[in-house]
Amino acid sequence: MNHTEAEAQPIANITWAGGPSPLAVNKKKLGMWLFLLSDSITFSCLLIGYSYVRLASPDWPRPFEFYPAIVKATLMTVILLTSSLTMVLGVHAAHKGERSRAVKYILFTMLGGILFDVIHISEWINLILNEHVTPFHNPWGSPLFGGAFFGLTGLHMLHVTIGVIYLGVIAWGFGTKRFAAEDVEVSGLYWHFVDLVWMFIFPLIYLINVTPK
Amino acid sequence: MSAKTEAIEQHVPGTTKLFLWVWVALLVMTGLETLLAYEDMAILIMLTLLMGLSVIKTGFILSYFMHLRFERMGLFLMIVPVVVFIICMILIFLYPDSVRLMHMSVS
Repeated sequence: MNHTEAEAQPIANITWAGGPSPLAVNKKKLGMWLFLLSDSITFSCLLIGYSYVRLASPDWPRPFEFYPAIVKATLMTVILLTSSLTMVLGVHAAHKGERSRAVKYILFTMLGGILFDVIHISEWINLILNEHVTPFHNPWGSPLFGGAFFGLTGLHMLHVTIGVIYLGVIAWGFGTKRFAAEDVEVSGLYWHFVDLVWMFIFPLIYLINVTPK
Repeated sequence: MSAKTEAIEQHVPGTTKLFLWVWVALLVMTGLETLLAYEDMAILIMLTLLMGLSVIKTGFILSYFMHLRFERMGLFLMIVPVVVFIICMILIFLYPDSVRLMHMSVS
């Protein structure tokens, strides 16, 4: 025990003494990238598991009419993509040192996230109250539909909601000069990832299950 | 020492015009996907087309919005290949089985 501790001690005290930084990113950015790596595997597993039962179930329901479901989902995609655009412009402004412009862009991004949540929750309420879909039962076919739909979109919605709070903290901290431009960039990475995941949820959950004409 | 710090805190490349174009490209591909959903075709072809478009969209988001294109190659190599590998491994085991079940249930 003591031997290993004594050996570990000097290693813990070593600071980066020099030489080129191998990845040329700061530790916050590296940490966020590693988190996104694990999160992307989480979403991949969920989406692949869902796709498995979707293909294997002959009675899989296709309840999404053009209006409102598909129109709303497409609108939500556009909102998320636009919020990603304002985020990347915010990061750009932050790196140029234009604090108030960066904060304004981040606030627009948060507005996009909130709009996304509002539309999504209205859709959930419609499905639960009017169509009587639960995670274990639905009026159309395979009972797995509800679990897959609420599980996947729910986890994504949780990411969006956490992202809005995260961006709120970043906007406040960057506006009051507590945080640096790199913190804005790291929060931007998270936001773009939430957008990226939706690029798979949108076709797999909605477009594959449109009601045939 | 200061040269090293500068190298790490370099300015983010890319212009507003570039980001706008990427945004437009992503919107166009989203529109294409929605149109595709209403085409009458076999589900596996539809799935391949939709996923192909989504992978292209992911490429755009990763390389321009998330600046991966402007980072060191090492960061890209650390992050992307491992995810692709894991997804391929899961698909190799699950995808043929789900297709087999799909064909069994159709007949």
